[in-house]
Amino acid sequence: MTDTTLQAPIAAKPASRLDSPAGRALQNLFERPSAVIGLAIIVVFVGLAVFAPFVAPYDPVATSWSLVRKAPSAAHWFGTDELGRDILSRVIFGTRASLSAGVISVSIAVAIGVPLGLLAGYRGGFVDALISRITDAMLACPALILAIALAAFLGPSLGNAMIAIGITATPIFIRLTRGQAINVKVENYIEAAEAIGNSSLRIALRHVLPNVVPALLVQITLSIAGAIIAEAALSFLGLGQQPPAPSWGSMLNSAQRFLVSAPWMAVWPGLSIFLIVMSFNLLGDGLRDALDPREQ
Amino acid sequence: MLSFLGRRLLQIIPTLFFVSILIFSLQQLLPGDPALVMAGEERDPEIIARIRAEYHFDDPIPIQYIHWMKGVLTGDLGESLRIKVPVTELIKQKLPVTLQLASMAMIIALLIGIPAGVISAVKKGTAWDYAANAFSLWGISTPNFWLGIMLIFLFSIQLGWLPASGYVSLRENWQASLASTILPAFVLGNAISAIFMRHTRSAMLEVMESDYIRTARAKGASEPKVIIEHALRNALTPVITLGALELGTLLSGAVLTEQIFSIPGFGKLIVDAVFNRDYLVVQGVVLVTATTYITLNLIADVFYVLVNPRLRS
Repeated sequence: MTDTTLQAPIAAKPASRLDSPAGRALQNLFERPSAVIGLAIIVVFVGLAVFAPFVAPYDPVATSWSLVRKAPSAAHWFGTDELGRDILSRVIFGTRASLSAGVISVSIAVAIGVPLGLLAGYRGGFVDALISRITDAMLACPALILAIALAAFLGPSLGNAMIAIGITATPIFIRLTRGQAINVKVENYIEAAEAIGNSSLRIALRHVLPNVVPALLVQITLSIAGAIIAEAALSFLGLGQQPPAPSWGSMLNSAQRFLVSAPWMAVWPGLSIFLIVMSFNLLGDGLRDALDPREQ
Repeated sequence: MLSFLGRRLLQIIPTLFFVSILIFSLQQLLPGDPALVMAGEERDPEIIARIRAEYHFDDPIPIQYIHWMKGVLTGDLGESLRIKVPVTELIKQKLPVTLQLASMAMIIALLIGIPAGVISAVKKGTAWDYAANAFSLWGISTPNFWLGIMLIFLFSIQLGWLPASGYVSLRENWQASLASTILPAFVLGNAISAIFMRHTRSAMLEVMESDYIRTARAKGASEPKVIIEHALRNALTPVITLGALELGTLLSGAVLTEQIFSIPGFGKLIVDAVFNRDYLVVQGVVLVTATTYITLNLIADVFYVLVNPRLRS
């Protein structure tokens, strides 16, 4: 006869927040140094945008004829521009235009693209064919050229630039959401939800949409990077933020005319665009890896 | 293959139709009376009436679209309201300049992006890989208009090696032409090379894990031969195909690059048209760009199927 001993049951661990898929993804994200660096730089820029009036040493639109095109100094760390305005203060205030353009235009794209993508993917048939062809048509026009055309027809202003960038970013969100919705709608739990009489709207919002969120988060982050460059490009061409309000793109436009006598005018706004875009790209790449189930 | 081509051609018809609607709709975004806006400073009622009659602004929108489409299909994109030259003629003049710039940019992108991607994949996890990834991050994060300004400062103002702006055509003087386009072509190619690098790296990593690579190594083939003859040859197919799709990025980039370097191409044409409120030119440029992009997409798809026997069957 053999003695059998029963082991004491292993006590169940209390469910921690890190046990949820979102918690694991977050933990995964914070284990990636490049994503953390990206996030940290974004936080700094957001802080600068929010607290700009307290952080900026001077009024960004105050001109001074005695300070025209002064090289960087202790009084003006980034130098001054062609109207004697402090470049550091303009770069700090310019963060507002860039970040708001990035966030608002991508919000426009998400607000239009996600419902249309859900509709196309979940409904299928003629609605899908129609939405898909419109999406193809929009994707066939190079984004910046279409944004320039839209901004030109709408009229030059930061608001119209945001609308133009938002519209041109929309097809990516339609295509992404549609693809995810098509994958999810054949799952058993969707069939079960339909069988118990849930409405299409409820199924789309409660069961399909949550499955699209991880891919959307990655795309939103990368699209913000693209939108910031697009806003800077439109402002550089004079179709975005209008003077004298500061914007990195319009600052580069005026800097180009004074490259020989005041090269510092071109360095800081360009470096700021590069830094913020790189940070969103780092965060987007990190999110993509962190949300990949294979990585978990 | 023929049925695939036929199916693919049929697919682009609705896309082209929606592109035409999209571009025609731009005109509807103009605030107020489009004839007044198109007339610009001219407030002469006769001119306004002429514009209204010529573009059928008094007709319902679907009829306006049909008239516009009839013109497009016969190669008539209207006339520039500012310089009184047919839009088609303007595009014909400017397109070769941008094509030269885009071709040079593509060559630069291939020359940088593919070797960087191969090195990154072969030396995965080493300093070379990190350097190549940093280069790719730099490429996709740098606004090309800033890079252009910085390169003008360095190579034209500080070193005096290259002209800061202007364009000389290849026929006129090929050396001066190359000198005037090498900086803008590098600026344009920079971002694309980063994309090529990423595609090449992931394609190479996948191919290097294949059985036939292991077999080639087992048969004693040298490492350079395995990488170049066996791995790269197969990895390049998706890279080149995806590269064709970067034309949109090139054309978008050309708008700003041509503006910075004062190159009289397609990009500068659209920007000048925007500021002159020459809306027919804007519409024409967007239409030609979109059609070119759709055609290149089609060619890329066909090429991909042609070189991939599994897809052909």
